[in-house]
Amino acid sequence: MRKDRPCILKTEDITMQFGGVVAVNNFSMEEYEGEIVAIIGPNGAGKTTAFNVITGVYAPTNGRVSFDGKTVIENCPRGKMKKSYLGENAGKYTHVIEPTPDRLTALGMARTFQNIRLWKSMTVFDNVLIAKHMKRSSNLFSATFGLNRAEDRQQREEADALIETVDLADVRDELSTSLPYGKQRRLEIARALATEPKLLLLDEPAAGMNPQETVELTKFIGEIRDQFHVSILLIEHHMDLVMDISERIYVLDFGSMIASGTPAEIQANEKVIDAYLGVTDDA
Amino acid sequence: MKAVRTPEENRRISWFCFFATLAFLGLVLLLDQLIKPTSPMYMLLTVLQKGSVYALAAVSMNLLNGCTGLFSLGHAGFMLIGAYTYAIFTIPSASRDTVYQYYDAAVRFSFPEVFGNAMGPAGTALGVLVAVILAGLMAAAFAYLIGLPVLRLKSDYLAIATLGFAEILRAVCQWQKLGPITNGSNLLKSFARVSKFKLVLGSTKLTLSTFVPVLIAAVSIMIIVKLINSTYGRAFKAIRDDEVAAEAMGINLARHKMISFTVSSFFAGVAGAMMAMVLSIAQASNFKSAMTYEILLMVVLGGIGSTSGSVIGSFLFVAASEWWLRGLDSGTFLGINAPNIFRNGFRLVVFSVIIMIVVLFFRQGIMGERELTDVWLNRRRARQKKKEAGK
Repeated sequence: MRKDRPCILKTEDITMQFGGVVAVNNFSMEEYEGEIVAIIGPNGAGKTTAFNVITGVYAPTNGRVSFDGKTVIENCPRGKMKKSYLGENAGKYTHVIEPTPDRLTALGMARTFQNIRLWKSMTVFDNVLIAKHMKRSSNLFSATFGLNRAEDRQQREEADALIETVDLADVRDELSTSLPYGKQRRLEIARALATEPKLLLLDEPAAGMNPQETVELTKFIGEIRDQFHVSILLIEHHMDLVMDISERIYVLDFGSMIASGTPAEIQANEKVIDAYLGVTDDA
Repeated sequence: MKAVRTPEENRRISWFCFFATLAFLGLVLLLDQLIKPTSPMYMLLTVLQKGSVYALAAVSMNLLNGCTGLFSLGHAGFMLIGAYTYAIFTIPSASRDTVYQYYDAAVRFSFPEVFGNAMGPAGTALGVLVAVILAGLMAAAFAYLIGLPVLRLKSDYLAIATLGFAEILRAVCQWQKLGPITNGSNLLKSFARVSKFKLVLGSTKLTLSTFVPVLIAAVSIMIIVKLINSTYGRAFKAIRDDEVAAEAMGINLARHKMISFTVSSFFAGVAGAMMAMVLSIAQASNFKSAMTYEILLMVVLGGIGSTSGSVIGSFLFVAASEWWLRGLDSGTFLGINAPNIFRNGFRLVVFSVIIMIVVLFFRQGIMGERELTDVWLNRRRARQKKKEAGK
């Protein structure tokens, strides 16, 4: 744990309820600058839901998310949900802050998706370049009439440099969907990095990868943490990868956190073994 | 395939397009002088006039439907706003009372006159230009208001809602209570129209009746192309390809959809103003949803997402329906005289069959998602490759 460093992401009592189902229940976690933290758990444990809450895709039913020292998301059970709320800590939070995902990305949070979501009709270069759109200072008028040449050129150079660093320069002009799976993942991470994030959220980056690609990815994630000075929060099923690179792990089961700690602690935790490791990770 | 371009090629293509457009404009200006209204070739000028109106409408619809992926069918409504705004603000005061027969006209000035009195003939031209821009701005303002609730919808629902709003606009325009402004369900006429556009230099008189609409369309389309190739255009395409990813990469969906919607409507308004000046009347009942479908058809014929496709599609469409297939309605077609078959309405039958063939067998349209410049570039590269292989 790097408690000496400032806290980059903090969630407090996040609860996400869909109808009568509590997908995430009272999930609190912290991540410090430069850390690699993993959220694991069996299928349907609520990992991706927690991710979607943190990135603003869903507004939580209750709870608060702070990013880089500021409260960015906060919500409390309102309206109909007030009566049907099944979670805890009702009334603890009173504000309603519901930013759209693009606001959070502008603050420095960037994510990838479990099922790759690249822009299909575009080349590798364009995919990275569009992620730079957010950083523009030009307005509609100056962009249309080409008054932003310098900025445009700079963004193109930055995109090219990024493509070079993630080792995709040889496929720069290929259509994004024509790449092999591993490279598509890599491109998605590069695209997220193009927004110059402080925190990178990876949703099952190794899903569907073969062992060789997984090893490469593990190395790659460590590299980008050091090279781009980002903190990384990831969801993963591949235990090798998780135990290898993450410094701390949170374990979810049926929406609730059942354990947290270093990889060694998690591996030794009875509850976790019962819920997950001992049963499902034979293969 | 879409060709990936180097910056060097991009620059060359931009200049090439610029000069090609200039050459085309010069040719139109020449044709404008050579072909007299009595000549049988005058149909060519009519096609160029109407074609440029529809080309701009189709390109602006393509910006919304093809590039941003917002399936909107409100185009006729915004063109209506443009046509009426243009007409109302260019009716000369002398003929205002005859136009507003049954009402007391509320707008009592016209831009060409106001500017003309202040600055002479150049002012009259400026007045027309101001009216055209105002037409676009009005359409954009309406689009903004309609967009606030409507752009939260997606795909088919958006199409239905915009279609509904366009019909509402048409109905409101024909409302009697608005008579002093819109002349109710009566048509607006006598305003600045293409047949009056002339340039007098000393003793020479240049006819500009085709040149002006083509020029307005060319400049507008150039601006749209610039927008599509800018960082905003790339963001629009990202939204079209994957909204969720676009939002996660920091693109503000509501804002960008609104930009695309209002810009598209602005140029629809300009196209509406051109429509008014070409047809020399403006009447709400002309701007039915059938017009939107026609424009959509041109976009699809040309290839969704391709600007040059939209332009080609609209000129072909207008030429076919106004000129080449005319004979099917009037007895003689391709030298075959069969008044019993080729009579009124038969043109539409043939036209529908052609469209069905295109939709069934050429689903990509004429250009697919490519631009003319892509075709040109690919050819050039293939040629170069051949040359190198020859060495």
